[in-house]
Amino acid sequence: MKFLDEYREADSVQRLADSIARTVKRPWTLMEVCGGQTHSIVRYGVDRLLPPQIELVHGPGCPVCVTPLETIDRAHAIASQTGVLFCSFGDMLRVPGSHGDLLQLKSAGCDVRIVYSPLDALQLAEAHPERRVVFFAVGFETTAPANAMAVHVARKRCIANFSMLVSHVRVPPAIEAIFQSPDNRVQGLLGPGHVCTVMGTSEYEPLARKCGVPIVIGGFEPLDLLEGIWMTVRQLEEGRAQVENQYRRAVRPEGNPASLRLLQEVFETVDRKWRGIGTIPASGFRLREQYHAFDAERIYGVGDLRTEESTVCISGEILRGLKKPPQCPAFGKECTPETPLGATMVSTEGACAAYHAAGRHLPGTPEKRSAS
Amino acid sequence: MKDLGASCPVPFGRYDRIVLGHGSGGRLTANLIRDLFMPALGGEILSRLEDQAVCPVDLPAGARLAFTTDSFVVRPIFFPGGDIGSLAIHGTVNDLAVGGARPLLMSAAFILEEGLPLEELARIAASMRAACDRSGVQLVTGDTKVVDRGKGDKVFITTSGIGVVQPGVSLSISSARAGDRLLVSGPVGDHGIAILSVREGLEFETQLVSDSAPLADLTRVMLEACPSIACMRDPTRGGLSSALNEMAAASKVGVKLQETAIPIRPSVVAACEVLGLDPLYVACEGRLVAAVGEADAERLLELVRSHPLGRDAALIGRVVEDHPGIVTLLSRAGGERVVSLLSGEQLPRIC
Repeated sequence: MKFLDEYREADSVQRLADSIARTVKRPWTLMEVCGGQTHSIVRYGVDRLLPPQIELVHGPGCPVCVTPLETIDRAHAIASQTGVLFCSFGDMLRVPGSHGDLLQLKSAGCDVRIVYSPLDALQLAEAHPERRVVFFAVGFETTAPANAMAVHVARKRCIANFSMLVSHVRVPPAIEAIFQSPDNRVQGLLGPGHVCTVMGTSEYEPLARKCGVPIVIGGFEPLDLLEGIWMTVRQLEEGRAQVENQYRRAVRPEGNPASLRLLQEVFETVDRKWRGIGTIPASGFRLREQYHAFDAERIYGVGDLRTEESTVCISGEILRGLKKPPQCPAFGKECTPETPLGATMVSTEGACAAYHAAGRHLPGTPEKRSAS
Repeated sequence: MKDLGASCPVPFGRYDRIVLGHGSGGRLTANLIRDLFMPALGGEILSRLEDQAVCPVDLPAGARLAFTTDSFVVRPIFFPGGDIGSLAIHGTVNDLAVGGARPLLMSAAFILEEGLPLEELARIAASMRAACDRSGVQLVTGDTKVVDRGKGDKVFITTSGIGVVQPGVSLSISSARAGDRLLVSGPVGDHGIAILSVREGLEFETQLVSDSAPLADLTRVMLEACPSIACMRDPTRGGLSSALNEMAAASKVGVKLQETAIPIRPSVVAACEVLGLDPLYVACEGRLVAAVGEADAERLLELVRSHPLGRDAALIGRVVEDHPGIVTLLSRAGGERVVSLLSGEQLPRIC
């Protein structure tokens, strides 16, 4: 397929891997922020092409993984109400809450539907004025503009039976929290390409300066990832800590102005709890006051619901780059994609699920090949 | 009422939709059989309307019978490239064919939801007839039940089939051997993506068409040319990945695939990229994958490519002694990964 195959081509991949091996002099620990990047790294075996000095740890950038348990429980509380038609992206349906997942709720007779866009949920609301349609708005800055658009349109068209359960998260505060944690071991960052197509790169400049860590905004294909790693390693070896843009074909420094205006109009920043990490100041979006009539958390009175996490799962440490999936005693044993103990095993972009799908729980699949 | 074509007698009495009475066993049931099913599907044996089909068979010495059954619940019931009727025939025919059997006889049981337009049922029946004729099978017995509106999804069909395996032919999922090459008869993932695109109202520049087709003639040609083929599978639910994982597990061998060799239509690749699906897990309904001996592989590939259902066939990998039970894939980028069994349904991802 055009514009994809070029970025997966074996010869170019090998050339970049060789460049990295020539550039690296000391051991470095790099983190890729996005779940999409993690998925691609494991799927194409990109980490296995790297020299042994480079360790990749996986970041918090999977929206399914970081959505806190209580938000899932709030979704359950709303979806189980009579007359509610609850719409969600597919991944969220399998995330276990305190009382099972949304798919189980669906099998028990609640009307839970997969949609591909928040505007589909809005259409359902228009088509079914007798139902109360709720859309589960999770995700990073990438998905936020489309969700903002849905609410914006709902308000303009006075679609009163539509609302959103909003649990949006922002990348920069989470990165700052990881870098400033006393046990941080991440020395260089592959930044979130898709998030930056919306937000631009300016938010990352102060972060790189303040934390002294190079940030390379990177894409998602094998060549993107390797080039991003090479650029990060080059900065580290040269003692630089700057923001560089590897994903130039998609990311402009100023981002997407129309989306940014819409985000500004609909959302305001708020302290947000991240699953496995805890509350991070100013790390979320919530609906502004003029959109409160569309805020499901208020309409259904579920804002006060609180839940505690299971203690077995180490997804919190995985999301902060402190540990990797095979270091969890439950990985591939009690915890599998069929019986996930934590959210990193649910979404295909969760590090645990990505490792499991690629068979890295099986014997004879070494963490990294020895350098040849 | 619309013109339903030559095979369909109109009118169906005073009903244009299925009512509960069509499943009562009384006059309405008899009318439905006489006016709708018989004109489309009735052959010499079915037309006798006995409680069972009694069929003359002429088996060569040493031949064996193959018997299989499958249920079809696809939504929507009409889709690009087919419908639930043709799918129900092809599905069972293909399960027989990949066992090396020549399909002979079939049964069809219908669970109809109250409210199903008779015009749609007539189209399904006509399509089943065409599929039977194309597959060389005879539908000899059937059944109809009706459930309340809301208790079904328009129509469910269960078909069973009997076929004959010639002496000397012996295919089994547990017979793949290290050294075999893996041959797939065409691009994978067409059916699943065609269904998904109409179900979810997704629009792509080119319309994706299901690959639903009967494989019995292709398998006959292959087995006549190379009776030593040991293992064939049709990669339906769970796609190519599930078929090969089952083969690896049952045969206690490893499978090594080469991503660049696997035929997948660009439109299917594009749809999968958009939806966050892996085409290796998407269903086919008119493809087969076979483990064939190294010495016969190239010759068989040519042969399959000369068949109308195998024009885009390819050799996609090898059966190996290493990692028994595990399927690995050498990715386009040069890295290797395990292609494991799918857990649950593939869910579209968020971003």
